[in-house]
Amino acid sequence: MPSLIVSTRSGNTYELEAEEGRSVMEIIRDAGIDELLAICGGCLSCATCHVLVEPEFVDQLPEMSSDEDELLDSSSHRQENSRLSCQVTFTSALAGLRVAIAPED
Amino acid sequence: MADNEDNFDVVIVGGGHGGAQVAISLRQQGYEGSIALLTDEPDLPYERPPLSKEYLADEKSFERILIRPELFWADRGIEVRTNSEVVRVEPLRKRLTTASGQIISYGQLIWAAGGRARTLSCPGADLRAVHTVRSRQNVDEIKSTLSRVSRIVVVGGGYIGLEAAAVFSKLGKPVTVLEAQERVLARVAGEPLSRFFESEHRAHGVDIKLNSTVDAILGDQDVQAVRLSDGEIIPCEMVIVGIGIIPSVAPLVAAGATGSNGVDVDAHCRTSLANIYAIGDCAAHRNWFAGGRQIRLESVQNAADQAAVVAQIMSGKEATYEAVPWFWSNQYDLKLQTVGLSNGHDQVIIRGEPAERSFSIIYLRETRVIALDCVNATRDYVQGRKLVEAGARADPAALSDPNIPLKSLVELA
Repeated sequence: MPSLIVSTRSGNTYELEAEEGRSVMEIIRDAGIDELLAICGGCLSCATCHVLVEPEFVDQLPEMSSDEDELLDSSSHRQENSRLSCQVTFTSALAGLRVAIAPED
Repeated sequence: MADNEDNFDVVIVGGGHGGAQVAISLRQQGYEGSIALLTDEPDLPYERPPLSKEYLADEKSFERILIRPELFWADRGIEVRTNSEVVRVEPLRKRLTTASGQIISYGQLIWAAGGRARTLSCPGADLRAVHTVRSRQNVDEIKSTLSRVSRIVVVGGGYIGLEAAAVFSKLGKPVTVLEAQERVLARVAGEPLSRFFESEHRAHGVDIKLNSTVDAILGDQDVQAVRLSDGEIIPCEMVIVGIGIIPSVAPLVAAGATGSNGVDVDAHCRTSLANIYAIGDCAAHRNWFAGGRQIRLESVQNAADQAAVVAQIMSGKEATYEAVPWFWSNQYDLKLQTVGLSNGHDQVIIRGEPAERSFSIIYLRETRVIALDCVNATRDYVQGRKLVEAGARADPAALSDPNIPLKSLVELA
């Protein structure tokens, strides 16, 4: 299974087995990384699954919708490589994707 | 200790968002005591909002709406007991009794039992094809018979009823929504939002009947029709009842906890009983965003944020519940996002054109922004939140002009 590599706020890094077709949020949540709150469950209604994507992968991700763009604006930690992880569906093309959980708002 | 007696440092009653989140947060905060989570349902904690949306529509499997996978709970040392309904609490002995007679002692009790779906009391209300939308079991029953149903009556024009109506309508089922008030969403939103959703549902072929109450559900075992108080008969094979919840607090109230609508809690989610907290739908708390009134909030936000408060307090930190309320509802291609609480407003401003299906309704009280309902207008939702959090004053003319970003009004406030 392809992997997803996640760095947490507390400074740990985990290599997760990532199921294709699931969102990056679901993969991180189901791995028990509880820093990612994902309060709305992935329906693009909050910004609590904010991650920072390793720059080399940014261009390979699905395009950002205007709703995601607006919600990310609610974070004071937004950067150029910010994404809401519920909006990134994991595929084999993203094998080895590296993300970091964004600081808490 | 008797064989049938268990003992945990923390017992959480309720497997919804609040109960699950407080368990998760306790471990995240480094809490090392023993934790049990009791749920009266047969399932592990799962998300409830999809029940009237993606799960009902079969767009998401049950596995995907689990709050955490099964293995997570054991891994965190959280003992989840399903089919465990608490029927008695003894605060002085610090123990509780389940419906099956099991006795469990606790050091601290966190009551997150939510509520039960309110049901109809008219003749026929107990027929097989009369359903509520509160639990996974409810929705599985609906889904298992849906293919044999052609017409559906939804009783109640609140969020649950309207979301279910939208799903059924998308599945091609003729749907009638009955609302007892003179507009849908009367309890939670201003009139412009009600009228907008009424017209959207009607445009999707949903028949919305206002000022309509149910006199009887007709049928033998199967449902044949709903009869209204004015005598009108609406043929249907399934009835969905979405008329709110009754907070599940009876064992706490019987034990002496104060509360007339749910159970009363203070700013730290403590009930009037020692060592017992309450969070989520059943917790009546003074909310700054409701002008300091004692209210219950039925939302994921409220459950999650109150859970966080309790987890912090129990981990030895200071915490007070003062989070801004927010909520969402998805119907058809409409994304409603609300922030703040609109009850008690004295002025309503419409920003943008409802006809364009992207607009916001801004609620003021004594010239201050207290809430926004944003339809397909995420930018207003994100920026308006700051106005609500600040209790900002803003010029109504500026608020109503979609060309003036709401964030530009925050500094002026």
